[in-house]
Amino acid sequence: MAHIVIIGNGISGVTCARLVRKRSDDEITIISSETEHFYARTALMYIYMGHMKYEHTKPYEDNFWKKNNITLVHQYVEKVDAKNKNVTLKNGNSIQYDKLVLACGSKSNVPDIQGKDLLGIQSLYNYQDLQNMEINTKGVKNAVILGGGLIGIEMAEMLLSRNIHVTMLVREVAYWGGILPEEEAKMIGRHIAEHHIDLLLGSELSEIIGNKSGSVKAVKTKKGETIPCEFVGIAIGVGPNVSFLKDSGIEIDRGVLINDHFETNIPDIFAVGDCAQFKEPPAGRKPIEQVWYTGRMHAETLAKTLLGKRTRYQPGPWFNSAKFLDIEYQTYGDVPVKINEDEKGFYWEHDNRKISFRARYHAATGRLLGVNTFGMRLRHGVLENWILNKQNIEYVLSHLADANFDPEFFRTYEEEIIRKFNKENNTQLKTVKKSWKRLLQILNL
Amino acid sequence: MSASDLSIAQPHPQGADAIQKIGLSLAALGLLVLLVAMAGVTFEQRTLFLSIALGGILVGTVVYASRKYMTQPAGIKNNGVMHKQLTNRGVFGWMIGIFLTGFYVLLYWFPYLFGTGDKTNTGLVALFDPLSNFLNGGKADEYFVYGSVYSLAVLSLGIKFMLKYRNNRYQFTRTLVVILIQLSFAYVIPEILKSLQRPDASFEMDIKNFWPLKFDFFDGDNLNAMRKNGGLGMLFLVAGVLGFTVLAPIITYFTGKRWYCSWVCGCGGLAETAGDSFRQLSSKKLVAWKIERWLIYSVLIFVVIMTAGVLYTYFSGKGEGVSGPLRSAYGFMIGSIFSGVIGVGFYPLMGNRVWCRFGCPMAAYIGLVQRFKSRFRITTNGGQCISCGNCSTYCEQGIDVRWYAQRGQNIVRSSCVGCGICSAVCPRGVLKLENGPEQGRINEDPLLIGLLKQNKD
Ligand SMILES: Cc1cc2nc3c(=O)[nH]c(=O)nc-3n(C[C@H](O)[C@H](O)[C@H](O)COP(=O)(O)OP(=O)(O)OC[C@H]3O[C@@H](n4cnc5c(N)ncnc54)[C@H](O)[C@@H]3O)c2cc1C
Ligand code: SF4
Ligand code: SF4
Repeated sequence: MAHIVIIGNGISGVTCARLVRKRSDDEITIISSETEHFYARTALMYIYMGHMKYEHTKPYEDNFWKKNNITLVHQYVEKVDAKNKNVTLKNGNSIQYDKLVLACGSKSNVPDIQGKDLLGIQSLYNYQDLQNMEINTKGVKNAVILGGGLIGIEMAEMLLSRNIHVTMLVREVAYWGGILPEEEAKMIGRHIAEHHIDLLLGSELSEIIGNKSGSVKAVKTKKGETIPCEFVGIAIGVGPNVSFLKDSGIEIDRGVLINDHFETNIPDIFAVGDCAQFKEPPAGRKPIEQVWYTGRMHAETLAKTLLGKRTRYQPGPWFNSAKFLDIEYQTYGDVPVKINEDEKGFYWEHDNRKISFRARYHAATGRLLGVNTFGMRLRHGVLENWILNKQNIEYVLSHLADANFDPEFFRTYEEEIIRKFNKENNTQLKTVKKSWKRLLQILNL
Repeated sequence: MSASDLSIAQPHPQGADAIQKIGLSLAALGLLVLLVAMAGVTFEQRTLFLSIALGGILVGTVVYASRKYMTQPAGIKNNGVMHKQLTNRGVFGWMIGIFLTGFYVLLYWFPYLFGTGDKTNTGLVALFDPLSNFLNGGKADEYFVYGSVYSLAVLSLGIKFMLKYRNNRYQFTRTLVVILIQLSFAYVIPEILKSLQRPDASFEMDIKNFWPLKFDFFDGDNLNAMRKNGGLGMLFLVAGVLGFTVLAPIITYFTGKRWYCSWVCGCGGLAETAGDSFRQLSSKKLVAWKIERWLIYSVLIFVVIMTAGVLYTYFSGKGEGVSGPLRSAYGFMIGSIFSGVIGVGFYPLMGNRVWCRFGCPMAAYIGLVQRFKSRFRITTNGGQCISCGNCSTYCEQGIDVRWYAQRGQNIVRSSCVGCGICSAVCPRGVLKLENGPEQGRINEDPLLIGLLKQNKD
């Protein structure tokens, strides 16, 4: 019986432990310092806003771990000794392992600017950050958020729920400009304004100004504007949390370097989730992908290897989703801001509701490459199937009803979407009614 | 100057603003009139005071709610739910719980305190005389008062619900229907029909209230009353029998039990409207699920045995010594204490569906149909779940929706009443209530989407 030690009780560490436990009685220990039990980091904002309490964010009841014979150690790992196969904990104890899984996640990036150590400045990644935010935002009237990514907008929404006025400083000229095409970025910008958030685009921070007692008083932009505020939220991205591995002999670049089997340079040490960096990422993928789903999928694959069936990581088409205040966002496949010359894009947006649909496809063959939607839910399985099977854009648009995943009674927009496409492309496509028969086939049920 | 300085309507108000306060005051005034009457005061100008009471509550609630929700962009409005006294078993929650519990105790066991008189009414019941007279030509009794207040709660808090969830057409439509059905089939129509009944043989005329929820349907008195009332009685007898034998299972096959529990039923109607603020209080623990299954099927078995006994006695004239006490025990323990006192009184403590989840034999019965022979399911959207827990938290039936969603499994549970709130609050578009082929409905060992086939097995 081997002893598998996992560092990190986030989605990747826990998924790995659960799946190994399902099919083996190896000894499993998860060491993690943030919280005693696994909770959903993705729900941090909802705790602050009062939609949920901490206990609601725990996907498994506390007795689950004991029942499944998974040992939890609530400690910080200070050192990994790869030669002697053990890890040293902060309390001085050490734990021997046969196989070690690094699932230690990310940490927030910190900007290198004057005033960054004043009181009332923080980012949001872990539970301690959330607790700090409770304290740091008490009595605050004005806040500034630095960075306009997904965590930035979540922090803004959190602050709004406490009636704190928010100004967002975004370096790009459009909201989330690196990822969203212009139209969508503008639409989200309008929605942000609707919530009375001041969105300052194309502006960068030059300095944070403090008062006598060492707390934030204002921020200064590079354009010379001064914005008074008592809280600054830093949301300029995250990076792998690997500094404690520095002297371990494990190869590290930005993250823990791994091959497509999650193996590091040292036998019996693996890495998954946010902290891992592929030496050669799968086709079309980035070397580091810091999202919930990839952490889960890494772990699902690694679990097989740990169970004795060495398995290569082969993710399907990229997908992701998010919510910008009230607007849901889904994406399938690749929809970059700028498309290649041999590709075409199609975009539809509702006149006054904030709903949009974008597809990117290959110009010559019509093959679908990716889809973005706002305010409209799509069926994951169908989109995956269409992209994998190189479905033609004309087929996709006429069969969009198959992919619709909005709740019953919602208005549908397939007609409008196809009308716009027909007009732009001189085609006569017609919408085809949803068919369960087709769906069962596509979804392989 | 920032945009918010210019706006009249701050989209994230903390306390109530002036208009909201006016709304609250109106509703409070209406409640006050009811409380004064309940304390025994018999008003002279009843039409006036009754209008103030009912109008104040209705208008006040609507003013308050539209001011609260229409000044914000449409979306999910759960900010502060876990911080507030009312919605988090705080002092307010307990106070309302005790008030409601007390109200039901008085209604069932001390009805005379409400002021029903043989010849003339006093107090609260007297206040409702004009309305009763208008609808059915007779004077009110405590059950007329109860029905009126109940319908008013469904109506006013239903409108509040529709404003709150105006971003979601499933919620909007469902609530509109449940309000209209409550007002018509459960309230106005039976009251009007009352005047057509023989005074010596009256029976309850809420046509969509089926056995076994309506456990006294097969009581000898009730059957006799229907038989004595000619065509009208016959209609209700046939509808009542066909309703639970044919209609309920067939519709449940096509749509799941939600058609009844969340669209039609009065208990469900109150839970979804007046009880909406409390849905997060249902326990999601595995042990609660265990208790639920034991309790609800025991009640189902109890009602079947009790009714069989009652019918046997009715047709054979024998066995009264057994069926009588059985029937009384059921009426007291399940009909009054469980469905009324606990069912509604405990809204602010155990969630708004305590009765529907742990006790209702109708829910148990069509729940079995839903579980084993139905086209309804909540589909999980591939691999999109982020395990946040909103769905489970806001499931009034205490279903751990996330447990299924995060492993890519569809939710097929007998207890799901299809309220659709899990799907509404999910921030990632993971859940869809839908009716479809039985093939592939239950995917017990699901494959999460995201990895290629070769990677899956
Ligand atoms: C606010 C927020 C919202 C997000 N929302 C989304 C979203 O909507 N969708 C999405 O796809 N992704 C989202 N993400 C990203 C997603 O949460 C992460 O990609 C995911 O949690 C990474 O999981 P992981 O298991 O790799 O690492 P983590 O969840 O970071 O878990 C690692 C754990 O290991 C512990 N640890 C690290 N080092 C040590 C050590 N030396 N000793 C002991 N313990 C250690 C850490 O304390 C941590 O608890 C969000 C992230 C944040 C912060
Ligand atoms: S599972 Fe969803 S639809 Fe069913 S009762 Fe719970 S919240 Fe309502
Ligand atoms: S609300 Fe949605 S994303 Fe969150 S746990 Fe439920 S299904 Fe998953």
